[in-house]
Amino acid sequence: MTVETVETVETAETVETQTQGRPESSQRVRVIRRLLRNPLAVVSFTALAVALVVAALAPWLAPYAPEQTDFANTFAPPGTAGHLLGTDDLGRDVLSRIILGTRASLEVGVLAVATAMFIGVPLGLAAGYFRAADSLISRFTDLLLAFPFLILAVGLAAIRGASLGNAAVAIGISQIPGVIRIVRSDTFRLKSLDFVAAAVVDGASDLWVLSRHILPNATSVVLVQATVAIPAAILGEAVLSFLGLGIQPPAPSLGTMLANAQQFAARAPWAAVLPGVVIMVLALAFNVFGDSLRDALDPKASRR
Amino acid sequence: MRRYLLNRAWQSLLTLLLATVVVFLGVRALPGDPALALAGEDRTPEALQAIREQYGLDQSLPVQFWHFVTNALQGDLGTSIRTGVSVSSMLRTALPVTIELAVFAILIAIFLGVGTGVVAAVRRGRPSEWMANAFALFGLSVPHFWLGLIAILYLSVASGLFPASGFVPLLQDPVDNLHHLVLPAVILGTGLSAVIMRQTRSSMLDSLSTDYVRTAEAKGLGPLAVIGRHALRNSLIVVVTIVGLQLGGLISGAVVTEQIFGLPGFGKMTIDAVFQRDYPVIQGVILVTATAYILINFAVDLLYSLIDPRVRVAGEMS
Repeated sequence: MTVETVETVETAETVETQTQGRPESSQRVRVIRRLLRNPLAVVSFTALAVALVVAALAPWLAPYAPEQTDFANTFAPPGTAGHLLGTDDLGRDVLSRIILGTRASLEVGVLAVATAMFIGVPLGLAAGYFRAADSLISRFTDLLLAFPFLILAVGLAAIRGASLGNAAVAIGISQIPGVIRIVRSDTFRLKSLDFVAAAVVDGASDLWVLSRHILPNATSVVLVQATVAIPAAILGEAVLSFLGLGIQPPAPSLGTMLANAQQFAARAPWAAVLPGVVIMVLALAFNVFGDSLRDALDPKASRR
Repeated sequence: MRRYLLNRAWQSLLTLLLATVVVFLGVRALPGDPALALAGEDRTPEALQAIREQYGLDQSLPVQFWHFVTNALQGDLGTSIRTGVSVSSMLRTALPVTIELAVFAILIAIFLGVGTGVVAAVRRGRPSEWMANAFALFGLSVPHFWLGLIAILYLSVASGLFPASGFVPLLQDPVDNLHHLVLPAVILGTGLSAVIMRQTRSSMLDSLSTDYVRTAEAKGLGPLAVIGRHALRNSLIVVVTIVGLQLGGLISGAVVTEQIFGLPGFGKMTIDAVFQRDYPVIQGVILVTATAYILINFAVDLLYSLIDPRVRVAGEMS
């Protein structure tokens, strides 16, 4: 197999590493080095790491139980002794609820995107690889697109009741078309490259080619897609919980906190402002890191 | 061209049929006896029997489906089990509110999205590019319903610049109508503009590096003429598609926005129906959404193929 016939340098790199057995190790180092040189990438990654640690240790980090009410201390402003970010209408500690809410947001984000990937990646591979499957799968995509995520969530909530899991499923299903489209077009591109043709000539089965040659090379687009899908899912969870279609009160969620704070926003603006800021920072960190990752994986696309 | 249109029409019809089946089966997937769910408060055996007959629940699934489709085609989407009002007449009062909100929001989104997208593409490496990109990043990351809450808090409650909630029909008082819709439309529109901005930017970058743009520059055309008449015109094709694809986001966004601003539209009708377990209304709302999405995207595809000859050719080849 000659590398020279491959059109772009980037794909040549992938081809090279693929044939050397240890896939992508040298490319991975290069990507990480590019990320480290980008201050936005470092800042956003640090923010994400902090958020993940906070979410993982949430029950131990929160100074109070998130559902613990204190009627002697309602509407305490931020900075009140013992309540760094103040309390809400029931005297619940806003900081503790934000910490637990962050955990719930990340849970839904990851759960939703995992659902979308689990269904979308195999379908995208099949659509890009088998011509016969393509039109069938695009009908399926059209069908999914016809049900916007909120409408799907409404349907699921009507049938199965509102919960964190159902919110994640509704968001995940609505993200399947995006995953299919991206994996499909990358599979399509990879299929026409020499190393795949060589494997086919060599007598490799379709399953082998897909799992050993195409999927490993498609991981970078899947990864970038995940970094933009997770913040979208986090925003989706906030919307659903706000409307009462997601996490059910009194369980803490950034969305339900905002719904609750709406009723007394003029009296305790911090309760209405802070959860929104946290959602924004979380989503921003994912989006900025996703952009940096895409640039680092494919420097030419951004320089274009 | 004709083959492409027929092909797209057939695909849309098929999707519509599948969507109808999904909605139909969804209601049948309700736990327990659907008659119980549809009965609401009145659960006497006679009432249940009447509902089974009314909805044909005692018949086989294919027969039920046939009735469901033929009724829907005649505009009969069932009756609310809470108010006894027909779903189609509820839609007739709710949809104009949502459509007006959506149209304003799309106009704002296109204006903001295309504007910042062009700036980001044309002013590469300048502070204005950086600002346009930051605008899009924030647009993708801010929970817009929260922005709505903040706007109500500071622009309506505190300063009284805008009404915090409610709606006045367009025909009754156009000025008051606009006054009520400005904030919701801006909030919903900025939400959509981020995606439009990113698409405009990348397709503008593509257009700017094409030969015909370079030719136009070489001819000595000023930057405004090159950007406006050549590069942007080509990029608008992409924007049309994005607006079609964003329709789902627009519908979801409208539901939330209406809820926050207390607009009596489609979204409020939907959310109320969920909490009242008003299944015929939920079913009607979902069916109408799916149908609207499919039909509008079909229309977008038609428009697209009229503007861009390459699409026609590609459609004929597939």
